[in-house]
Amino acid sequence: MSTNETYYIPPKATWPIIGTGGLVILLAGFANYLNGSSAGTTMMITGLIIFVIMLAGWFSLQSTESESGMYNAQVGVSYRMGMLWFIFSEIMFFGIFFGTLWYTRTYSVPWLGGGATKELLWPAFDATWPTNGPGKVGGDFEPMGAWGIPFLNTLILLSSGVTVTWAHHGLLANKRDQLIKGLIATVILGFLFVSFQAYEYHEAYTEMGLTLGSGIYGSTFFMLTGFHGFHVCVGAIILSVILFRSWKGHFKPENHFAFEAATWYWHFVDVVWLGLFIFVYIM
Amino acid sequence: MSAIVVEHEHDHHEHGPAKGLLRWVITTNHKDIGTLYLVFGLAMFFVGGAMALIIRAELFEPGLQFVNPQFFNSMTTMHALVMVFGAVMPAFVGLANWMIPIMIGGPDMALPRMNNMSFWMLVAGILLLASTLFMEGGSPAAGWTMYPPLMLQTGTALPFAIFAVHLLGISSIMGAINIIATIFNMRAPGMTLMKMPLFVWTWLITAFLLIAVMPSLAGAVTMLLTDKFFNTSFFDAAGGGDPVLYQHIFWFFGHPEVYIMILPTFGVASTIIPVFARKPLFGYSSMVYATASIAFLSFIVWAHHMFTVGMPIAGELFFMYATMIIAVPTGVKVFNWTATMWKGALTFETPMLFSIAFVVLFTIGGFTGLMMSIAPSDFQYHDTYFIVAHFHYTLVPASVFILMAAGYFWLPKWTGHMYNERIGRLHFWLSAVSVNILFFPQHFLGLAGMPRRIPDYAVQFADWNMISSIGGFIFGASQLLFLYIVIDTIKGGTGEKVTNEVWEDAAKHSLEWTLSSPPPYHSFTTPPTVIPTEHI
Repeated sequence: MSTNETYYIPPKATWPIIGTGGLVILLAGFANYLNGSSAGTTMMITGLIIFVIMLAGWFSLQSTESESGMYNAQVGVSYRMGMLWFIFSEIMFFGIFFGTLWYTRTYSVPWLGGGATKELLWPAFDATWPTNGPGKVGGDFEPMGAWGIPFLNTLILLSSGVTVTWAHHGLLANKRDQLIKGLIATVILGFLFVSFQAYEYHEAYTEMGLTLGSGIYGSTFFMLTGFHGFHVCVGAIILSVILFRSWKGHFKPENHFAFEAATWYWHFVDVVWLGLFIFVYIM
Repeated sequence: MSAIVVEHEHDHHEHGPAKGLLRWVITTNHKDIGTLYLVFGLAMFFVGGAMALIIRAELFEPGLQFVNPQFFNSMTTMHALVMVFGAVMPAFVGLANWMIPIMIGGPDMALPRMNNMSFWMLVAGILLLASTLFMEGGSPAAGWTMYPPLMLQTGTALPFAIFAVHLLGISSIMGAINIIATIFNMRAPGMTLMKMPLFVWTWLITAFLLIAVMPSLAGAVTMLLTDKFFNTSFFDAAGGGDPVLYQHIFWFFGHPEVYIMILPTFGVASTIIPVFARKPLFGYSSMVYATASIAFLSFIVWAHHMFTVGMPIAGELFFMYATMIIAVPTGVKVFNWTATMWKGALTFETPMLFSIAFVVLFTIGGFTGLMMSIAPSDFQYHDTYFIVAHFHYTLVPASVFILMAAGYFWLPKWTGHMYNERIGRLHFWLSAVSVNILFFPQHFLGLAGMPRRIPDYAVQFADWNMISSIGGFIFGASQLLFLYIVIDTIKGGTGEKVTNEVWEDAAKHSLEWTLSSPPPYHSFTTPPTVIPTEHI
């Protein structure tokens, strides 16, 4: 419930309009690039730079305000709600791609390889998973196994969940050393995960004939793992910022919203990976 | 001594609006941002309306008169996208921004900087979408549903339209997160959830729907983008994909989306009707539960938009029965509004006229919806003008009428000036009559078999199309009266000084009527002590 008098309402905000401008230039540039226009790349880079400057400026403003004690507990609750509902929207976003995978495997691929569709259109099509469809789109490919790099990556991400919790305990007990060590370990594990995945993608493209264009299997595989990998990158960058702020002596045992938000995000990315490991790699 | 003066000036600077036009760009004030949303929504209402008039002009007679078929299809597509994402949704977000912090006795929105960003993301998204009108190959013309493979034939505009949808989605999600955080975290002491005005309740549930489904639209259009430019096969049967999958994902978004436009409508109606009936709202808690039930059901009815696509019979039956169940909580609502008016001391000011028209005309839209929910019957209605008539009844004389009602209801509060009641009523009667001339004949056209989204039609449809077009032009012209009234009221209106309450005994119903008209730049710097409960 509101106590109002101490609720911090900033008098003005300049970063939102800058960030919006940057994002529009970035997206319009990307659209131009996709249409084969020469201006696309320059626009994308310009927009990205503006967007990154906005992120840096806005977040450093927030951290300065937070460290100078301008946020009371109620403001903290608003931020926590904001972060949790943002993660909920992300879950729904991933849910769509998981839903796509389940729908195609349960319904549309069997329908393509059965009944009148099989008799009249594609008698030679064998509707088994993995598939690149009756048109053998993208040519022959080898599906990605679960127990090599993906399993290793599962262990890496699970361990990073442990190290970030260890760091959190360090923060709560005011052991700065444990906080920083735990965060360093988490960031290293995060980037290690991304490196392994990059290696896996390289193998897929060069050795296994598995690309984004390998029919529905390639589409779902790269879309799900790709968006996840992007989220791991973002999470690792966020944790790096948190690490940097910890170094500078930010955060108190009783008030460290940014740290909490980063760990929530990291655990969310972790859980999505478990889903991926089960439904994309194992099954 | 001088230190105190500096301190004072600093304080003053923080509590008033910034000077000049920049005020509107960098503002974090919920009223400023609410005004921006409302003005933007009204502007887009006229842009989308102009597109609708192009459509109705072309359909005035059989044959091709004014536009080529490709541009006609562009207009149906852009009209829908502009009205949904540019007019109706932003207008309701504007009302939410203006009213929710005041109604719950809070100081402002919970996340004021993000509030600013969600507005500018909306403008950016609409500008990106509008830019496609001037591109090679024209703007998207595959309908607002953007079904593949047709959508993938769009020219240069395709990636721009997709990124516009992404921006609009980001904007909506940020706005919705802000509304939820505000309602849960900024209420005044004593403002328990079950004491909140129903407008706040409906927006809480709407915001939840927005966060849940906007990501699915983003996912769907992202897959369109990769299918077109990155060789994926999500919607291509040759690669093992399925174009019907797109329809499932789109309508998983699309059905909750139509409730995103109607639930705040219900909220405003439930706020206005008790004031002019001079009675508490009938069945407050049943209204809350009905809203929540409708929101829940909205997630499990999406495939009623695709009965004819070729689903297993079990799917047809499930979605048919689930859809029919929606009539129950909706019926509860219509019953409650009627019961609120029953034996009330009714007066018929413009906001009440629009609200009563909403109850009657929305019910017509609801009944046609019930007809379409029956899968075997829907095989006749699918993709005909009957569908067009149905959803326009739920959107124009429902959502748009209630937005008008909200305008008349709160303009005196927002501006401190009274609008011209005589012109307001003229606007109402012109709108209420012409909207029926516009949309009612479309039921007949649809039942007789006239398909949607065509620039030309068989001659037997000529008469009703002509009548519908005449209604459309009268309706469109009537809305200029509303524009006039808004500008006139901002400039001083009738010159009559309005009280804090504006409407008789309104302060018993909701907190905004306890503040001055117009309210101070920062509404409740200290929480209100008395919570109005007349609406419960």
